[in-house]
Amino acid sequence: MSKLDKAALGEPDTTAPSAPDDAFLSVRDLRIHFDTDDGLVKSVDGVSFDVRKGKTLGIVGESGSGKSVTSLGVMGLHRSARAKVTGEVWLDGQELIAADPDEVRRLRGRKMAMIFQDPLSAMHPYYTVGQQIVEAYRVHHDVSKKAARQRAVEMLDRVGIPEPAKRVDGYPHEFSGGMRQRAMIAMALVNNPELLIADEPTTALDVTVQAQILDLIRDLQKEFGSAVIMITHDLGVVAEMADDLLVMYGGRCVERGPAEDVFSEPRHPYTWGLLGSMPRLDREETDRLIPIKGAPPSLINLPSGCAFNPRCPYADIPKDNVTRTVRPELTEVGGSHWAACHMTQEQRERIWTEEIAPKL
Amino acid sequence: MSDDKTVSEPDTSGSTLTKDTTADGDVLLKVTGLQKHFPIRKGLLQRQTGAVRAVDGIDFEVRKGETLGVVGESGCGKSTMGRLITRLLEPTGGTVEFEGKDITHLGTSDLRPMRRDVQMIFQDPYSSLNPRHTIGTIVSAPFRLQGVQPEGGVKKEVQRLLSVVGLNPEHYNRYPHEFSGGQRQRIGIARALALNPKLVVADEPVSALDVSIQAQVVNLLDDLQDELGLTYVIIAHDLSVVRHVSDRIAVMYLGKIVELADRDKLYKSPMHPYSKALLSAVPIPDPKRRGVKSERILLKGDVPSPIAPPSGCRFHTRCWKATEICKTTEPPLVELRAGQRVACHHPENFEDQQPQDTTLLSSAKEVAADNGAAAPVEK
Repeated sequence: MSKLDKAALGEPDTTAPSAPDDAFLSVRDLRIHFDTDDGLVKSVDGVSFDVRKGKTLGIVGESGSGKSVTSLGVMGLHRSARAKVTGEVWLDGQELIAADPDEVRRLRGRKMAMIFQDPLSAMHPYYTVGQQIVEAYRVHHDVSKKAARQRAVEMLDRVGIPEPAKRVDGYPHEFSGGMRQRAMIAMALVNNPELLIADEPTTALDVTVQAQILDLIRDLQKEFGSAVIMITHDLGVVAEMADDLLVMYGGRCVERGPAEDVFSEPRHPYTWGLLGSMPRLDREETDRLIPIKGAPPSLINLPSGCAFNPRCPYADIPKDNVTRTVRPELTEVGGSHWAACHMTQEQRERIWTEEIAPKL
Repeated sequence: MSDDKTVSEPDTSGSTLTKDTTADGDVLLKVTGLQKHFPIRKGLLQRQTGAVRAVDGIDFEVRKGETLGVVGESGCGKSTMGRLITRLLEPTGGTVEFEGKDITHLGTSDLRPMRRDVQMIFQDPYSSLNPRHTIGTIVSAPFRLQGVQPEGGVKKEVQRLLSVVGLNPEHYNRYPHEFSGGQRQRIGIARALALNPKLVVADEPVSALDVSIQAQVVNLLDDLQDELGLTYVIIAHDLSVVRHVSDRIAVMYLGKIVELADRDKLYKSPMHPYSKALLSAVPIPDPKRRGVKSERILLKGDVPSPIAPPSGCRFHTRCWKATEICKTTEPPLVELRAGQRVACHHPENFEDQQPQDTTLLSSAKEVAADNGAAAPVEK
């Protein structure tokens, strides 16, 4: 890496959470940049988090906020010449970014696995569901085809597919959307991974099926004690699944903390905006939603200072135009609850309790 | 409604009045026994071997100035319904009346005057705009097709429309790819509004958009309804969005309307077990609720195939209250409570319609057992 690149990357994130020893996955100052013809796309620009075994981390954000790129980065799936990945990813005491790609490949699928949003494009249309699960199993286990097939049937049964012994020979297109998603979960879990990353696992599904799938993921997590990262734009889904929450905007984390605190006392205007944008069934009908004005920024040309400043209604509260010149760092606003905003704690507390919360 | 140029109907004066008298205001669109069966052909001779019964006998009406929400799972026929009432598809049975005129089987040229009054907003803002046309061309297409010459010229009118939907009128000459998803959806809305329609059918207007943009578009639709006195049929699968925008809501299951009710009645006390299950499945954005024993009803399996729908009540294969009669007799859609029509033999939150029939089907027992106390079985 040239000096210039290092300068562009800036100082390492000093506000990274101190690594608890029991974290199964620790991500430190992860940066993933893509060199394109239009310029450098800073998809992820300094993100740090921890996930413990048996716990679920929810990552929320709009499209282009870098949430999927983060998860692919953890899985080591950005190895193309164009992607520049820096930072540290510690999985069970082993660093992955600097590790040998072959080593990461051995871990992928066994220690960490991923559920994708669209099972129709994530599964191969030419092979039966069974063949694909068998392959995933035999890559990591030295067993006979017969034993692996037995395992595949067992997994399909476990994820609630009726008549698994018959469906194992079915092709992906013969499955309905919900069943396909179940089959993919079966494939991801066939090696009992200790880290499961679910990237918008229910976005393409109906609510009734979504409820089934979320239930399934929760049950399986309880059974296997895995760490789960749940990536979604649906705050309802994270509220239901996540123990901790990470809110991303423009490739950076703007708020992070225990899910209950982030929902009950959010401390970043963007989180307020997300909560206000969403019609809610558990509240009385409101007249109007409170949208965030404008649109998400381009990752090539992020606004200077706080990336959220052009859309933030409170950008002028901090003095000296600081929101437009200085990028705010994450600061602790409560027990392991962090937010990156220039407003003082008191200002944010006042705005939240007086202006935002009553309207939600 | 300032510029009704060519419309000669007397409704121009009434349009402002109807907004206040919508309670049981005039019926704008009336649908009776609407059916759409798509044939399945097989073999060398392409003989018809069956049909996908996408919409299978539905009745409802849309009143002037109101918003009717249509919800249901994918494959329940809600989009087909939207295409039938805009006559993008021709029904195989039943009638569609728009302003008292039967439009069920009108040909292309007879439909043209009606096309002006009924417009559609599509789900995918990427595929519903021609990438080779400028925004100006796209939004002015309705004027060209209908041969309408708006006051002050087409360009001025298009620019006015662009500013109505919150876009910069100077972007007249830009192409769709220069806009974001939310902006493209606004372009689609501007096009739909060009001819001052009376009815706008929106098929999943916000589901392709980000949360923050979703709220902008929902608010825009709201404002336009207030300003222009529009009538909406909004088809969506997101129950929280539907509640936010609708006055009345139709719940569809396998080509049928199972419940048609005023918004508050449906969300406070749904009567059809399917509506109840659907509502209970919506995740609530409040982590504090997680510890509390959820009242969620988990339905088993998937929606049955519309090629061979179950006999009797179509929901009986997944319902926890299903009895023998549900298997044999199809429940009619009847008004059990003022403003709430339900098609069910054993409705929730209301007295049983078939109290003599108490033996549950074995499938119902399974569902009930799975849900434990969540779905108590009344005996």
